[in-house]
Amino acid sequence: MPVDDVVANTDVAPADVAPADVAPIVEMRGITIEFPGVKALDGVDFTLRAGEIHCLMGENGAGKSTLIKALTGVYAIDAGVITVNGRPESFHSTADAQKAGISTVYQEVNLCTNLSVGENVMLGHEVRGVGGINWKATHREAARHLKNLGVDIDTRSGLFSHSIAIQQLIAISRAMVTDSTVLILDEPTSSLDRAEVEQLFGVIRDLRDRGVAILFVTHFLDQVYELSDQITVLRNGALVGEYPAATLPRNELIAKMIGRELDDLTAISSSASRTIDRDSAPLFKATDLGKKGVLEPADLEVYEGEVVGFAGLLGSGRTEFARLVYGADRADSGRIEKRGSSVRISSPRNAIDQRIAFSSEDRRAEGIVGDLTVAENIVLGIQARRGWLRRVSKAETDAIVKEYIDALGVRPADPNRPVRNLSGGNQQKVLLARWLATAPDLIILDEPTRGIDVGAKADIQRKVAELSAKGLSVIFISSEIEEVVRLAQRIIVMRDRRKIGELESHDIDVDDVIDYIANEAQENVA
Amino acid sequence: MTDLKAAPKRPIDSVGTALHTFRSRHASWIPVFAALLILVAMFVGAQAYFGRFFSPGLISALLLDNAFLLVLAVGMTFVILTGGIDLSVGSVMAFTGMVGASALNSGLPTGAAIIVMLVAGALIGLLIGVLVHYFDVQPFIASLVGMFLARGLAYLVDLRSIKIADEAILWLQGNRIRLGAGWYITPTGILAIVVIIVAALVLQFTRFGRTVYAIGGNENSARLMGLPVVRTKILVYVISSICGGIAGLILIAYQGAGYPLNGMGAELDTIAAVVIGGTLLTGGTGYVLGSTIGVFVYGTIAAVISFLGAEQSWKRIIVGALLLIFVVVQRVIVTRPARRS
Amino acid sequence: MRNIVKHSVFWPVVALVALLVINTLVRPTFARIVIQDGELYGTLIEILRNSAPLMLVALGMTIVIATRGIDLSVGAMMAVSGSVALTIIDSSPTPEAPHIIALAIGGGVLVTLVFGTWNGFLVAVLGIQPIIATLVLMLAGRGIALLITGGFTTTVISAPYKFMSQGYVLGFPFAFFVSIAAVTIVVLIQRRTALGMLTEAVGINPEASRLAGVRSRGIIWGAYAASGLLAGFAGILYSSNIMAADANAAGNLIELDAILAVVLGGTSLMGGKFSIAGTVIGVFTIQTLRSTIVFLGVPPPVSPVFLAGVVIVVVAVRSQLVRQTAARWFASARSVARPNSKVTS
Repeated sequence: MPVDDVVANTDVAPADVAPADVAPIVEMRGITIEFPGVKALDGVDFTLRAGEIHCLMGENGAGKSTLIKALTGVYAIDAGVITVNGRPESFHSTADAQKAGISTVYQEVNLCTNLSVGENVMLGHEVRGVGGINWKATHREAARHLKNLGVDIDTRSGLFSHSIAIQQLIAISRAMVTDSTVLILDEPTSSLDRAEVEQLFGVIRDLRDRGVAILFVTHFLDQVYELSDQITVLRNGALVGEYPAATLPRNELIAKMIGRELDDLTAISSSASRTIDRDSAPLFKATDLGKKGVLEPADLEVYEGEVVGFAGLLGSGRTEFARLVYGADRADSGRIEKRGSSVRISSPRNAIDQRIAFSSEDRRAEGIVGDLTVAENIVLGIQARRGWLRRVSKAETDAIVKEYIDALGVRPADPNRPVRNLSGGNQQKVLLARWLATAPDLIILDEPTRGIDVGAKADIQRKVAELSAKGLSVIFISSEIEEVVRLAQRIIVMRDRRKIGELESHDIDVDDVIDYIANEAQENVA
Repeated sequence: MTDLKAAPKRPIDSVGTALHTFRSRHASWIPVFAALLILVAMFVGAQAYFGRFFSPGLISALLLDNAFLLVLAVGMTFVILTGGIDLSVGSVMAFTGMVGASALNSGLPTGAAIIVMLVAGALIGLLIGVLVHYFDVQPFIASLVGMFLARGLAYLVDLRSIKIADEAILWLQGNRIRLGAGWYITPTGILAIVVIIVAALVLQFTRFGRTVYAIGGNENSARLMGLPVVRTKILVYVISSICGGIAGLILIAYQGAGYPLNGMGAELDTIAAVVIGGTLLTGGTGYVLGSTIGVFVYGTIAAVISFLGAEQSWKRIIVGALLLIFVVVQRVIVTRPARRS
Repeated sequence: MRNIVKHSVFWPVVALVALLVINTLVRPTFARIVIQDGELYGTLIEILRNSAPLMLVALGMTIVIATRGIDLSVGAMMAVSGSVALTIIDSSPTPEAPHIIALAIGGGVLVTLVFGTWNGFLVAVLGIQPIIATLVLMLAGRGIALLITGGFTTTVISAPYKFMSQGYVLGFPFAFFVSIAAVTIVVLIQRRTALGMLTEAVGINPEASRLAGVRSRGIIWGAYAASGLLAGFAGILYSSNIMAADANAAGNLIELDAILAVVLGGTSLMGGKFSIAGTVIGVFTIQTLRSTIVFLGVPPPVSPVFLAGVVIVVVAVRSQLVRQTAARWFASARSVARPNSKVTS
């Protein structure tokens, strides 16, 4: 793909100075961070220069947030060196990182909404006089810093009375109060509308031109290309590479982030080409299902025995869509029909009554009940539906649990082990068992293969193919596009909280889907 | 570079913007105004009903009788502002009172006895703070432990009351300074007012005070902003217990003796007064001035009840009901804007 | 699950046994049991009898804590049920008639059941913090109790009522059988039905439970109602013991005793898995501790100091800091392990 096509669609001027000529402000070399059971970062290098906007890219589990936490002093590193402004640093707290000149603005804008704007800007650095804090001078200072970013608001007003966009700018000016040389922005645009994003980008470019080194983390592809000078890609805790934004086409970027994993799951590849009877009414139909600020209204149809895949990058809205379908979040708009009749789904209980099941992407926080045993976790779905009085008998429990431990290959095969002691893959299998045991008509699987070993991944995909062939309808969500392509007969593609299209799966491959996402992105920027 | 103004949230008209600015700047004072309104309403109502309520003598007596509660409320305000709670204040007040009375009776000079009292109080507060921060104990449980410890220690000093003969202490209470037209004040009252003023100044004009508010607003943010969260959280419990010590001093002056069962349930009265005075239990919002008004509301309720000749148990019930209403209202107000976003 | 419960009850049992042994060594009369008129007497028997109110309250507290909550109003509710019951008896011309006794007990318990339901409403439906929600009743409850008795400490004479705390059945104190009945009923309800497991699920991971379809609201509500009901019975027993409705003394500071019993028994204050067996052991441990303190000649009002000390020790031993320090000591002895927490602050 010619380089010009990519550059023409961005409105950032290429940096005047080639990166190699500018001394780096931050140098991270060979950074390794390990947690029990997983290597979050493995010998990663990262360079950040003054007057540069640098985007850090990668899917979930790539190590982006871990790298940033190492730089901001939240995590201690196991190996490697961090050098800031030429000095090797060893951060033991967030205060250490701040003293070294590194400031961070988080997605949730970590400020205190109960205090005034000016106070938030100057907190910890208020102007003091003989009798304590001099508020007049403090507010004057705050107003000055805000004006430097082009923000003119009443510094005595409460922070809560301003939009998230303005609060972010306030957080950024706070960073300037402490003369930061490095500004890290972690997913700053998730809650902003188009105009606010423009405003923010203007401020960021201004800071860049003044020599601040800016590390920008986002999953919005157009924003990456609009803003960044350099892009660093991480995958599975390792560095893929650092590239000038002007010379990296979108498709290549996506491919580098997702990776191409070879595995022989040929037995399942026939799943995508299975014919689905779409003549009768769909098992599940949602029309204009949406929620303000979360998901643009979208349609969805799932037929009996069909696997519908949701494909898209992190943040595209796949999980949000699924949660609305299940009633885990309440929709603002839309109608839902099951087998042709209108139903109301506004809570998980409604969905369960309609025989819909949902396996959350966040196993730990929303899936497993850690201190309960494997058996109790598996039986929880059935028990919840039956209510507390009618206990699932020991005999019944034993039978069901044994059936699923065998069918899914849960290891260790001990029903009385607390589920938190199992590996990620086996925990996922237990969750799958919980939902399958309720004999649903439709099951939503959100990232069921994330963070688990290859063997368990294959097991789960095999099971999905098997069950759907027998008549179970599945909504399958995965960042690994080849899984979606392999299993689904139809793929719904999503981007930036919108459904952008539907693809029939039998004659396309992963590249086609990637191109689809990338092309949609390009069209929207113009 | 163009100036970027924050998008106004209301239609542009001068009155609208002025009101909006006022609300945005002073939102946290609104609950305090509400408390003041309640107090005024009570005064007016009582005056109308009894015909002789609103007199300088009575209001001066209000300050005199509730001076100890005022000081307790100041300390409790610090703790609640950080989102915590301190159930030990009543017991600390009794304990320090016993320590002081015992010290005085064993010949210690007045000044030294007072210092010993305050140190004893501070140590309990330090224990609670350490339990909360280094032993991962919930603040409520930690302060319960402090409460038990202080109460038991109070009885350990002496099972019965200890009378005080020290002239200086008795002077604190007995000396009524006439201010003319029937108003009067005592040194204990002045002490309470001084405590209130100092606390208000600390909260408004020191970095420590602003850190207290920041922690209550969002402890995680405060930490990420580099504020000394751990130190501050422990310090507020120490302050609360020192206030317990000062209240103990006021109380033994008031009663002329130290009683080990003083302050039973005072912590609940204190929390109620602070909440009624406009301090949110979730932390981050509130003023010592508000807590002061809350104490006066409490004191007025007690005065009205004794005027009515009704049983004192009604006082606890009414205060409990008021606390409930305020908590529910606070909850509704806090969840509504949250749901909007 | 049986393994965990058994394991976490092990140390509390050891502690209790140690306490009993020490007591027996220090005062030989401790373990002596005398039979008189077919009734057993002795310090151990007293412990069985006197622990009944705390047992009831601690059972309710266990379930509430399992849902990640707490109930501070149990003491006040004890006062209320005692006041209601004794007022009913006092205003009856036949204070010994069975139906009056039944009415008194029923009335007292019904009122606290309503209070408990009220607490549950505040927490489960309105979403108010459990500490604050139950603090209100803790504050107002005793006032209400005083109002019911018209400001006095009502005393009555009624042999059947007195029997509940002083009487004997089959040689053992009746109150002890009340304890047994309560424990049995709670265990049956929690473990024979699915309520126990669902309660634990709600306490361990409320969001996962909600997504799995568990009716968390009802479970939390029920926990507080049960706590109120049990506190009501505890109040009946207490007032039976002193044959008076003392609104200030009834259940005074029993909240911390109950919380301590639950914690000693191995249930975490963070909610989740709970152990009734552990609570039972915890209750007996505290009762024995109190008896020991009395024997040592410590005046009862000073005893809270010891209890506070016990809490501090228990809490410290269980805390992260001590665990990590101990782990590091053992590690340096073997120079193998590393600190397991990556997070710096």
